[in-house]
Amino acid sequence: MVQVRYFALLREQRGLDEERVATEASTAADLYEEIRKRHGFTLPAARLRVAINAEFESWASAVRDGDAIVFLPPVAGG
Amino acid sequence: MPMSFLITSAAIDPSALLGGLRDTHAGACVSFEGRVRSENRGRTVRALEYEAFAPLAEKEGRRILKEAAKKFQINHAVAVHRTGRLELGGLAVWVAVVAVHRGAAFDACRYVIDETKARLPIWKKEYYADGASEWISCAVRRAKRKGSAAGKEKRGGGAERRTGARSARHKRP
Repeated sequence: MVQVRYFALLREQRGLDEERVATEASTAADLYEEIRKRHGFTLPAARLRVAINAEFESWASAVRDGDAIVFLPPVAGG
Repeated sequence: MPMSFLITSAAIDPSALLGGLRDTHAGACVSFEGRVRSENRGRTVRALEYEAFAPLAEKEGRRILKEAAKKFQINHAVAVHRTGRLELGGLAVWVAVVAVHRGAAFDACRYVIDETKARLPIWKKEYYADGASEWISCAVRRAKRKGSAAGKEKRGGGAERRTGARSARHKRP
């Protein structure tokens, strides 16, 4: 099980802020693809970054039980 | 060296923040205010909403301040970024840099705001006068419809949106 948080467009498309997800995905990329298909997210992984346990990580990073995952839509601060 | 990067849902108070940056060794203080403006990419904006992944935004923000301190001869650097809804003229982001000389203060302030806009996990939704709203930079080209005129129009529109989003990143406060 991993904890997934959603922000901005992903939060609206998912309809909630966070959820626990049971997954067999081994990498962050696999996990995003699984969730994107399930909920029809419009943003491809190529447009996003991923954070694991509040740190930027690569899409090839392993996803482990208990990880806190955030898929980061294209940023627009300022 | 006072260095802090804060994400907050409360109104930013520049005068209070400047009070914490008094330094008689420093001859320069440069601050930047990013304010909500009424127009973006030809659309009339009524309000903005910011959302942030605060733990990572503050961590990355502190890295940016440290980089600025390495690159430029500065004494202090402070930045604050809002979350939540802001009306026109509202203060969305504030950066201040104190240095012995003005050159380093200007350069570091510019560095901090530019990197902040490009790197922090913060998202902005624009609310328009016509009632529509949109997360900036999150537009996606719609699937093309083979051979139809409507499909061609949609493709054109999508490209325009993306171009707009790119230039918006440079132009927004």
